[in-house]
Amino acid sequence: MSRIGVFVCQCGNNIASTVDTKKVAEEMSKMPGVVYTCDYKFMCSAPGQENLREIVKAQKLDGVVVSACSPHMHEKTFRKACESAGLNPYKCEISNIREQCSWVHHDKTKKVGTIKSIDLTRMTIERLKKNRPLKNINIPVKKRALVIGGGIAGIQAALDIADGGIEVILVEKEPSIGGNMARLSETFPTMDCSQCILTPKMVEAELHDNITIYTWSEIEKVDGYIGNFTVQIRKKAKYVDEQLCTGCGECIEKCPFKADNEFEMKLNKRKVIYTPFPQAVPNIPVIDAPHCVKIQKDKCGACAIICGPNAIDFKQKDQIITEEVGAIIVATGYQLMPNERFGEYGYGKIKDVISGLQFERLASSSGPTGGEIIRPSDGNVPKSVVFIQCVGSRDEKKGVAYCSKVCCMYTAKHTMLYKHKVHDGQSYVFYMDIRSAGKRYEEFVRRAIEHDGAMYLRGRVSRVYERNGKIVVQGADTLSGNQVEIEADMVVLATAILARDGADTLAQRLGIGYDKHKFYNEYHPKLRPVETVTGGIYLAGTCAGPMDIPDSVSMGGATASKVLGLFSSDEMSREPITAIVNRAICNACWDCLNACPYSAIEKESENDRHGNILRWLAKVNDGLCQGCGICVAACRSKCIDLQGYTDEQVYAAINAF
Amino acid sequence: MKIKISKENLQSEFVRKVERISGETLSNCYQCGNCTGGCPVSYEMDYGPSQIIRLLQLGEEGLLMNANSMWVCVGCLQCYSRCPKCVSAANILEALRQLTLRKGTDHENVSDLPFPFLKNAPQQAIVCGFRKFVS
Repeated sequence: MSRIGVFVCQCGNNIASTVDTKKVAEEMSKMPGVVYTCDYKFMCSAPGQENLREIVKAQKLDGVVVSACSPHMHEKTFRKACESAGLNPYKCEISNIREQCSWVHHDKTKKVGTIKSIDLTRMTIERLKKNRPLKNINIPVKKRALVIGGGIAGIQAALDIADGGIEVILVEKEPSIGGNMARLSETFPTMDCSQCILTPKMVEAELHDNITIYTWSEIEKVDGYIGNFTVQIRKKAKYVDEQLCTGCGECIEKCPFKADNEFEMKLNKRKVIYTPFPQAVPNIPVIDAPHCVKIQKDKCGACAIICGPNAIDFKQKDQIITEEVGAIIVATGYQLMPNERFGEYGYGKIKDVISGLQFERLASSSGPTGGEIIRPSDGNVPKSVVFIQCVGSRDEKKGVAYCSKVCCMYTAKHTMLYKHKVHDGQSYVFYMDIRSAGKRYEEFVRRAIEHDGAMYLRGRVSRVYERNGKIVVQGADTLSGNQVEIEADMVVLATAILARDGADTLAQRLGIGYDKHKFYNEYHPKLRPVETVTGGIYLAGTCAGPMDIPDSVSMGGATASKVLGLFSSDEMSREPITAIVNRAICNACWDCLNACPYSAIEKESENDRHGNILRWLAKVNDGLCQGCGICVAACRSKCIDLQGYTDEQVYAAINAF
Repeated sequence: MKIKISKENLQSEFVRKVERISGETLSNCYQCGNCTGGCPVSYEMDYGPSQIIRLLQLGEEGLLMNANSMWVCVGCLQCYSRCPKCVSAANILEALRQLTLRKGTDHENVSDLPFPFLKNAPQQAIVCGFRKFVS
């Protein structure tokens, strides 16, 4: 016979006002196997827990039921108290008589609430009798981290982890780390030069002993679980031997062929062998194979002839590298919505209609014009520039419903950069709302308007067309209620921030969730913003949604602290609520294997002493199993059970009702 | 009404004069509408004080000089006391009045006003009237 103690909590008046807790305790004392009952004002208080511990010891209890609030609130508290009194924590069960009883029944005579509380507690007692003591699962942790994406968020995460003494692998798909931030001219609201604050971090990451950088590489496959991931990385052929190359750049000078420059947002051409920008990390060029005449047609080869250390290798092949890591940080960043989608704004038809990132390159001192703001069409300095905000953002019909968050600020910055470079120029901004939430952000926008003379017009632009060599912008100013028309020399579109192409494929490889816009889902949008539902995989930067540089950096740092926390012990402890296979009756139909969303079911063979396979069995990987119970439902021979929620326990509870 | 916006209009002689006479910087106004909301007579105006400032920001002279707003304003300074950006719409309207009066058209003599009018009108109204309607 079991020795169970029942503790009924009054929760001040939260439970006691509609439940007669004394009566519940009395009724429970009549149950077989129950040796002690009481009711108490606040079970979760320090004296309440102390009381529980003393009684567990004094009464030699082998099971505890606490009838109180939701197990989400205090299950851990009471299990811990039981553990410290020498009881297995999984022999303590919570009966929810607050959220599921007292709070939803308003009968002040306490009749309804008391009856229901008695029923609920009785069910929990019967369930508890079938509980088996469980042990927490300890998983060994591989103390290495993988960071996917070498933008500012990824660099920050890698640096913070590496400074904590942990080895980091940083994977970047472009030839250099730096990401989109490397493209920016200056950054709001302090107007620091983006490259000046970013490149020291890039160099620091390159020189850090704990960081290995794989550029021009992509994630091919991810296996495993928290603490034990196996990742395959495809290192694309650079056609340049990284060990031999000295980064002198003579090959780039000699290369006679050109292709569109993606880094400069196609504003100019680059050589076919190239580094994306002068401060590239690592400073090793790559050959753009589809445009290389040597690789495609076996002609030219000028780069190989000029190269002193003979670093050019046209026969180089993609390499697959396998790395074992304990945690993964995803920081894949964003891309801009293609402006071609907005025919009414003339992008693609009118040469002087450009995107926000193109304007950044025009204004950047390392950009294609050396920082001079000139029209792409004729090279003249534009005397009036119209900036259009919310192009694609907040536009459910043609674009996306969300706000891209940074456009208000960078457009204000653009007007300032323009004014500082073209003193007699006039800028106009069409906006719907100015969203400048952030430290010193609103003051920044007002400075653009009041000090640098940007003319803000509240309304959307409906047409952009050419007339006599000028770009005519037709829109509205809803503040005065008038239609307005501006003759401009240049139009800059603040296009929406999108998740990267292929973000969904990567999410499927990693087993993390994403929303309809392909931004990755956090575990909890407020309380666990950098974790994903898959243990050991964390999010940093704009892959989780539009955000600015300070947010990306703080998110990168936050993921690093999560990883360092995870790696602080050699083993990781987790709740043993996992599926378990009854080896006697498993007939290896693999329904469970197909049903499991976490790939936690493995095939296991039973061998004779000669090593011949006698039969196959399903086996649950405790590291991967999340305890969802889908395999339990799928198993035809009823040989899988969920520990802590076994069929036996659930039936016992139902029968007690 | 379609407004053509250009740098010439935004910084026209007229706009600069208004800024100089009133002592206000037009770009300081962020169009919250508090002045129009608090004005005791804005319901009588063709354009409320905030709309007048907006038209000035757009450099639209024609619309606002034909509006009655500047003549309806009694100069109580409610707009100024409530403005979060310390812009005085009253000063701007006063500047518009000054600009009109300085043209010296439709001059009125006090002695030409009909006696019954002078006798029945409240003293304050006559003083205000002198300031605003008489050049």
